[in-house]
Formats: sequence, structure tokens, C-alpha cells
Amino acid sequence: MRLEILNSGYRPGTKLLFAIIRMFSGRPLPDAARLVFYRPGFYGAAAKKFTHEAMRGPSAWSVADRELMAAFVSNVNESAFCVGAHTATAGQAYQDRAKVQAVLADLESAPVEDGLRATLRMLGKLTREGKVGAKDMRDVLSAGVSPQQIEDALAVCAAFNTTGRLADAFGFQLLSPEDFDAGARYLLKRGYK
Amino acid sequence: MPVEDKKRAAHQVLVERVLTGAGKASPEQRARAFSNAGVPAPLQALIGKVATSPAQVTDADFAAAKASGLSEDQLFELVVSAAVGQATRMYDAGLAALAEATGDERPDNAT
Repeated sequence: MRLEILNSGYRPGTKLLFAIIRMFSGRPLPDAARLVFYRPGFYGAAAKKFTHEAMRGPSAWSVADRELMAAFVSNVNESAFCVGAHTATAGQAYQDRAKVQAVLADLESAPVEDGLRATLRMLGKLTREGKVGAKDMRDVLSAGVSPQQIEDALAVCAAFNTTGRLADAFGFQLLSPEDFDAGARYLLKRGYK
Repeated sequence: MPVEDKKRAAHQVLVERVLTGAGKASPEQRARAFSNAGVPAPLQALIGKVATSPAQVTDADFAAAKASGLSEDQLFELVVSAAVGQATRMYDAGLAALAEATGDERPDNAT
């Protein structure tokens, strides 16, 4: 990563944990996971809690839908690490990688329900332009999405507009497809805690 | 307590930690990075990109910020502040638009 403290500035107990994880999994811990161990009282602990709540907390959206939103927002931001991580996670959650690829390639023709499509369209505009209006929200509501679901989607959007920025600013190292898949299995089993 | 309150409450904790928690950069420096406003010149390129075009951040942006005398820990905090700040503005803009669309000042009380 671009700051040396994020590569080697961890406490001895944390370094030991990284070594143990590497030994048992056969893979280094992804930078996204390492970052939240750096001075966790400043960012990591609260970030994990919010992200877990947004991605795995109670919601009418499935985990797969929320992972797709994360991948979609990351794609708008051109955040390569997060696109890789959440494309893999959404693909596994849906058990349908082609569906996820289709959404990222062309939302309008992708095989998803109208409510999810309208929600992704709104999240894309918010992420691209930094703002949305009441008209955008009425379009989503009229596609059959509840106000609660919109709030839940906005939380996912906030989490990944944070994480994606940090991935690109700090320079998270990209993983191989196999390692992204391993990370996705972990995220579906354990979440973001 | 409604479900969405837990998501927003967890987000609020994150914002408060970043802005006012113990850190090496001053709360004023963090507030400027968070709002991407009034950031001093050597840091401006880095913080501006984190807020608006994060994929364009380069090693040179970090080098320029470090050359101004900021430590790595201060840069860590200021970059995190900028990222959380931009995402927070989006979250707030979305919630405000939703409140307007549903005719409810406070969508967290809608249910």
C-alpha cells in the first residue's frame, strides 16, 4: 500500500495474526482486511460495524442483491479491487456470475427485476454526480421499491463509496481470480465483522 | 428501534470517530479533509482526488503531501476523513431526496 505504516506498521499481535491467517489459508490477508486492523479505534472498528450492518443486517434486499450493489457502485468509481472482490461475492451469492457481469456491462438490458434495476440506476447517478433528487427517488418507488429498501441501498452505497476510495487512494493490491473467490467465500460465511 | 436506525447509527459513530476521535491530525485538519474545503495546497491534490476521482490518486500525490511535513499517520487520518466525508455527503443527499419524495422530513421515522 502507498503508506508504509499500512504495510508494516501493525502491532506485534496483529502481525502474528496475519502470519497465522497466511499459514492456515495459504494466502496473504487482502489489503481490505489489513486496513481495518491499522489503529482500529480511528477507523477500522467503526467501519467494520457499519459495513456489516449495511451488508448483512436485516433488510428486504438479499445478501446477493447488496453485494451486487457494492460491485455496481465500485464499477462506477472504477475501483478495480472492489469490483473484483464484490463481483466474485455477488456471483457466488447468486450462484450466477453471468448475471453480475451483465449488470456491470449494461444495466438496462441485464436480467434483473425492475425494482433492483431502478435502485442501481439511482445509486449509479448518486455515485457519479454526488447528488440525486426527489424525482430520482420517485422513479425507484414507482418500480415497487419501498422507502426502507431505498434507505438500505443508500447505506450500501455509503459503505462502498468509502471503502472504494480507500482502496484506490491507498493502492490495495489486486488479487488473482482464485484469491478473490476465496475472499468471497469468507465474506459470505463471516460477513464484515 | 427501526432497522434503518441501526445502519445510520453505525454510520454516525464512524463519522464521529473520524472527526473527533483521538488522532495525530488536528480535528480542524480532519474537518477540512472531510468536507474537501479549505485544504492547504500541498494536500489539495490528494484530498480532492480521494473525494472526486479516487482512481486517479498517484504516488506523487502522497509524496507531495509528505514533503509538506505531514506524517504517515496524519495522512492516513486525512485520507480516511476525505473518503468518509464524500460518502457521507452522498448518503445525506440520498436520504434528503427520499424524504422529499415521500413527503416525510425524517425518513427514519416513516415506519
